[in-house]
Amino acid sequence: MEFVFFVEVLAGGLLAGVMYALVALGFVLIYKASGVFNFAQGAMVFFAALTFVSLTEAGWNFWLALVVTLAAMVLLGIATERVVLRPLVNQAPITLFMATIGLTFVLEGLSQMIWGSQPHGLELGVPDVPMEWLSQRWNVNISQFDLFAALVAGVLVAVLALFFQKTRIGRALRAVADDHQAALAVGIPLQHIWAIVWAVAGFVALVAGLMWGVRNGVQYALTFVALKALPVLILGGFESILGAIVGGLIIGATEKLAEVYLGPFVGGGIESWFAYVVALVFLLFRPEGLFGEKIIDRV
Amino acid sequence: MLYREAGQFKSTYAQDQQIFPILQDRVAIAILLAVAFLLVPAFGNQYWLGAILTPFLIFSLAALGLNILTGYAGQLSLGTAAFMAVGAFMTYNFVLRIPGIPILAAFVLAGLCAAAVGIVFGLPSVRIKGFYLAVATLAAQFFVLWVLQRVGWFSNYSTSGVITAQEIAILGYRFDTPAKKYLLTLAVVAAMALLAKNLMRSETGRAFMAVRDMDVAASVVGIPMMKTKLLAFAISSFYAGVAGALHAFTYLGTVEPEAYSLDLSFRILFMVIIGGVGSILGSFLGAGFIILFPIFLNLASGWVSGLFGVEISFAVVSNLEVIIFGGLIIFFLIAEPHGLARLWQIAKEKLRLWPFPH
Amino acid sequence: MKRIPLVVTLGLVAAAGYSAGAWAQAKEQFVPVNSYWVGPYAAGGSGIAGAMIDYFKLLNARDGGINGVKVTWEKCETEYRNDRGVECYERSKKKGPTGATLIHPLSTGITYSLIDKGTADKIPIVSIGYGRTDAADGRVFPYVFPMITTYWSQNTAKIKFIGAREGGMDKLKGKKIVNLYHDSAYGKETIPVLDAQAKIYGFQVTHIAVPHPGNEQQAQWLQVRQIKPDWVILRGWGVMNPTALKAAAKVGFPRTKIMGVWWSGAEEDVIPAGDAAKGYIAAGFNAPGSNFPVLKEIQKYVYAKGQGELEDKSRIGTIYYNRGVLWGILTTEAVRTAQGRFGKGQPMTGEQVRWGLENLNIDEKRLKELGAVGFMQPLKLSCADHEGGGQVKFQQWDGRQWKVISDWVPSDQKLVRPMIEASAAQYAKEKGITPRDCSKEK
Repeated sequence: MEFVFFVEVLAGGLLAGVMYALVALGFVLIYKASGVFNFAQGAMVFFAALTFVSLTEAGWNFWLALVVTLAAMVLLGIATERVVLRPLVNQAPITLFMATIGLTFVLEGLSQMIWGSQPHGLELGVPDVPMEWLSQRWNVNISQFDLFAALVAGVLVAVLALFFQKTRIGRALRAVADDHQAALAVGIPLQHIWAIVWAVAGFVALVAGLMWGVRNGVQYALTFVALKALPVLILGGFESILGAIVGGLIIGATEKLAEVYLGPFVGGGIESWFAYVVALVFLLFRPEGLFGEKIIDRV
Repeated sequence: MLYREAGQFKSTYAQDQQIFPILQDRVAIAILLAVAFLLVPAFGNQYWLGAILTPFLIFSLAALGLNILTGYAGQLSLGTAAFMAVGAFMTYNFVLRIPGIPILAAFVLAGLCAAAVGIVFGLPSVRIKGFYLAVATLAAQFFVLWVLQRVGWFSNYSTSGVITAQEIAILGYRFDTPAKKYLLTLAVVAAMALLAKNLMRSETGRAFMAVRDMDVAASVVGIPMMKTKLLAFAISSFYAGVAGALHAFTYLGTVEPEAYSLDLSFRILFMVIIGGVGSILGSFLGAGFIILFPIFLNLASGWVSGLFGVEISFAVVSNLEVIIFGGLIIFFLIAEPHGLARLWQIAKEKLRLWPFPH
Repeated sequence: MKRIPLVVTLGLVAAAGYSAGAWAQAKEQFVPVNSYWVGPYAAGGSGIAGAMIDYFKLLNARDGGINGVKVTWEKCETEYRNDRGVECYERSKKKGPTGATLIHPLSTGITYSLIDKGTADKIPIVSIGYGRTDAADGRVFPYVFPMITTYWSQNTAKIKFIGAREGGMDKLKGKKIVNLYHDSAYGKETIPVLDAQAKIYGFQVTHIAVPHPGNEQQAQWLQVRQIKPDWVILRGWGVMNPTALKAAAKVGFPRTKIMGVWWSGAEEDVIPAGDAAKGYIAAGFNAPGSNFPVLKEIQKYVYAKGQGELEDKSRIGTIYYNRGVLWGILTTEAVRTAQGRFGKGQPMTGEQVRWGLENLNIDEKRLKELGAVGFMQPLKLSCADHEGGGQVKFQQWDGRQWKVISDWVPSDQKLVRPMIEASAAQYAKEKGITPRDCSKEK
């Protein structure tokens, strides 16, 4: 029984980690391509999910709503590049970071102004209930929806990896990530690349928004999911897609195990900081994160 | 014409090294201080003193603290609100447990506690930099609040973990009206800003800046990296701690640990970036922008809709204010990526030649 | 040339200020409506504030105000932030001919920040269903009114309800209850009451914290699953509520055994959870549904004329809307009571309204006149008791709407009141306050 429960906590933690990784992916994409820590990722998740839900509640077909939302996210990406990023090329990272904060305010205000502040429910057709045969035979509860989310995350990562490794745009993206100015010098159109990356990040935000929306309902609080991604990012490295997934799994599992097995002894609620401490201890040994690029300081 | 330093000769080292070497600056600061200390309390009403100026000063002090760390020593931190919380809760405990302690002594002791906590959570900075460090300092943010909520001692075993600031008294003189509280806040903030201004011109400040600009190079020329970084964390947390103490004692009165949430940490970071990284003045300008501007927008939208007599849904107006605020952040950054303080510098350059530019 | 618009604006602003001065002479009762229309809690803030204003509009349209004194108001956006809340308070406290009648801070944090200020300015701070529980001791907190039911009272009512469900209070012995709480001042507040009750009735209680914001509760619900409690008390806020219900479904815990606090029991808390919320029970101090005379009057006098506050009329009858109407009723009834002593047809000052609040007595007869029988409980406040009601109704979500499933369940004041007094006494000691002597109040 005890062991079964341990397995359940571990599995639950790993699957929660997948959900964290979904959000972290959006951060990684943008950081990789433009060195920007995109504070607005949470707002993008909210905006995407809210747009989608409002459209389906207005009676739109699921796929049509999905396509239209996606189009909106692409437009948003292009607009962001045009209005916010282009005038700030080659500015310090902290300035760009601040600009994304401005963007956050705009997006949050816009979402609630257009669609109102009422929360919505969201179902994707995969019930979030334990699989019966598992719970009956082994007394282990694993939600169907968790597995579905894991599947979606897996496909997403595979597609992104292919996109980055095999396509022309992907190569250009990696070049830009390495060095903006060098990429510009060899004729890579920086502006297009950034617009594409932001559009792809918008797509990832939509996926994350749908997955989290099922759990939390589609409401303003979706912007908070970004917080869950931060320890994942420092553990996995800001620049690695694989790192986001592996980091997510590690954080998810340790956080849940700690809360269940350590929490009761110290008054509970340690989840809020435990992930950060894990990431911190890890960083002391590897300051660049799990899969981040090695930092070499030269004078 | 007015702002020209030509003809102001310095004949002693002391003159050469004053904080404000230009006469006009000294005059301007003197006038500003006179207005703040004498005119404002005399003519300001409760609204201005209690709801606008006091919080503005307190958040400026917190931003100043973070600016010492981020702007001068180059270490990003997202734990400022937690250090403020330490300051607030420890002041409460010092006053509670040491009867008759002068409030300023309690502030200083609480600031020292915050500094100690800051040093502990600053340790990772020896190995980690940039955004990694920023996220790592989140550990401080969450852990400190968790401890304040869990350990009953900090709130004198109040059931909800809420503390109530005691009466503020120095040698029997009670600070009980908004005007007196404002004056106390102003005095503390002014003294600490002056101290910071001086500190940043000293050897310590220069060491901070060397570490910021390139830490490896700094350690090569013999600046002890660990000591410098931890000192930056300590000083910054001290400032944040005192700001937190003021926040609880001269501003809000009763606070819960959640008043010092991550949201507040972020807002203080915004103040530093918008105001100007590595600028004392910038901390004040940034706090003004982040704290006062939304209020101004709110008032302005009331006037505008009053003027035109249009009945717009209040929810739309509130959201519009948020959008405009965000848009202005972007606009300011595009106009001047180095913050509002740089805008002021440019204005000063222009003023020198005014009204006869080339 | 650029300067002209600025000058014009300033001139107009000055003119607006002047006209506001002239307007202040009228017979008007000013009530600030400080709430939030943006941010994570906007759904609740806009609903409550909108409903309160609708009720004021009803009074003005139907009765010409309170004994001829029109109710006026001004909205102010607090964003659920302490500093904005304080600013809104300071901005609004001097408006109108007699200043702010009273303040609904609409956030526990802002309530804390206003306790000192309201007491100094003699403006009652009314926190209905939230705020500082021990402020119910009016001898220590003369200007703070946590009216109707505090969290502690509510919690004893909950245990009574559970006892009734289990077939008697003696059946509670050996039962297991989990208290799943939002890890904040608000969430922690009921822990001592539950512990005290566990001792009295012999049930086991486990407190499990959910860190803010509570959008991920895998670990907590696995713990619940391991404990296998008979009941779970959900002390949630915001996104924590639907997430808890979803997570309960995920570990197969029956929702009919989950009981929420009233900040977990609005439509906004269950709709996002979809089917997972079916059967969930929540406490409430106002009834759901639009079938009450007072709401019909609002429809008739306000919405039929197109003057309603809310764009979405279907929100009338929801929990938050009805709660706002209730706040409106209590606000205006307090003014009416004050007028009874200090002069009918006159605008009341904050100090006078405080007297009105302390002498507020809404009995069944008055409820009938208000059209609010069953909508809210009868209540009577006093100088010492700033709570007044202390009863709770329970409601169950059937997948589409809230159904009331109990009558008013009284709370256990014998247990709660001494705890409130002890806590207030500690506050008084720390602050150096001498409690009022209530026998000397007129």
